[in-house]
Amino acid sequence: MAFTLYSLIQAAILCVNAVAVLHEERFLSKIGWGADHGIGGFGDEPGIKSQLLNLIRSVRTVMRVPLIAVNSVTIVLLLLFG
Amino acid sequence: MDHSFATPSGFRQRKLPPRMRMRGSAADMTDPSQLFEDTSTSSGSPGMEYRASETQSAGFTAQSLLSDPMSNLAMAYGSSLATQGKDMVDKRLYQFIPISKLKYYFAVDTMYVGKKLGLLVFPYMHENWEVRYQQDTPVAPRFDINAPDLYIPAMAFLTYILVAGLALGTQNRFSPEILGMQASSALIWLIIEVGVTLLSLYIMTVNTDLTTIDLIAFSGYKYVGMIIGVLSGLIFGRICYYLMLLWCCIAIVVFMVRSLRLKILSEAAAEGKLIRGSKNQLRMYLTITIAVVQPIFMYFLTYHLVR
Repeated sequence: MAFTLYSLIQAAILCVNAVAVLHEERFLSKIGWGADHGIGGFGDEPGIKSQLLNLIRSVRTVMRVPLIAVNSVTIVLLLLFG
Repeated sequence: MDHSFATPSGFRQRKLPPRMRMRGSAADMTDPSQLFEDTSTSSGSPGMEYRASETQSAGFTAQSLLSDPMSNLAMAYGSSLATQGKDMVDKRLYQFIPISKLKYYFAVDTMYVGKKLGLLVFPYMHENWEVRYQQDTPVAPRFDINAPDLYIPAMAFLTYILVAGLALGTQNRFSPEILGMQASSALIWLIIEVGVTLLSLYIMTVNTDLTTIDLIAFSGYKYVGMIIGVLSGLIFGRICYYLMLLWCCIAIVVFMVRSLRLKILSEAAAEGKLIRGSKNQLRMYLTITIAVVQPIFMYFLTYHLVR
């Protein structure tokens, strides 16, 4: 149970990386989680699935460029300090 | 233009003692309106410069620092710069941490703290769990016992770290690094819990007025139960630790369900009527999950302290 702040940052980076590598055409559309499936009805109840799809799509759009920088910094730091 | 700048400063450099030169040049840059007004009123430039130098030399004969108009100007400019800098820092800081909102959560007094601690340990007799509002903003915690605050969770967190150090010391396992490890462990579990709660609230599109700080406050209330359990375990032994922990776990489950029910569920469902619908059922499950996760955390964060 000895968690440090560093392990939390590592876990967060790994999770965001995992969401960012989900490919739109090759994977998400195949299992019915594509971007076109998310915009279903325009009622006032978006539903859990469309919320999740929206979340995945927005994480992928927003975090692409910062993730490149964060990953490079992490790789350099891990190489230097082990 | 260059003429009016060059000649008065050149004239002042000849007249002033060396230590006043800097202040004179600073006043040149800061208050050009004075110089421009002097040079724009009359026609002949040599006669006008003579008049300007006369009035300014009268001001320079004063010896004390405070009555010197140039140093006054410099001081005024410096203080206005400082105020501008402070305003900018405040604005930037306010964008990240809403400080006035934080002040609301610390507006407590002794009676509120005492009653709230009693409510955390014995929530069964309390009947009205609604937060009173005052023109769309919640009433300060000083006036309403149901409002969440950050004072009790912050103090309870720090007390938990100290009590953990004490408990580890009685088992001869204490070292100063362990205090830091305990603190960061508990803090990270808090962050994870609040993060998962926020994520599930977003996914279920629950429209509540629960802010992030409210969730931090509610998650911090379990430290009170943990402290009570560990202290009674230290004083009276393991059986007492288990008993007090069980009591505090049940109390915090009831407290959380009753507090969060009003905020997460819709008004009709919160009043006790059973509304069939997947949305309300999901929200009920979410409330119960949040409440049940608290005793699990309480146990996992304290069982290694009482052996």
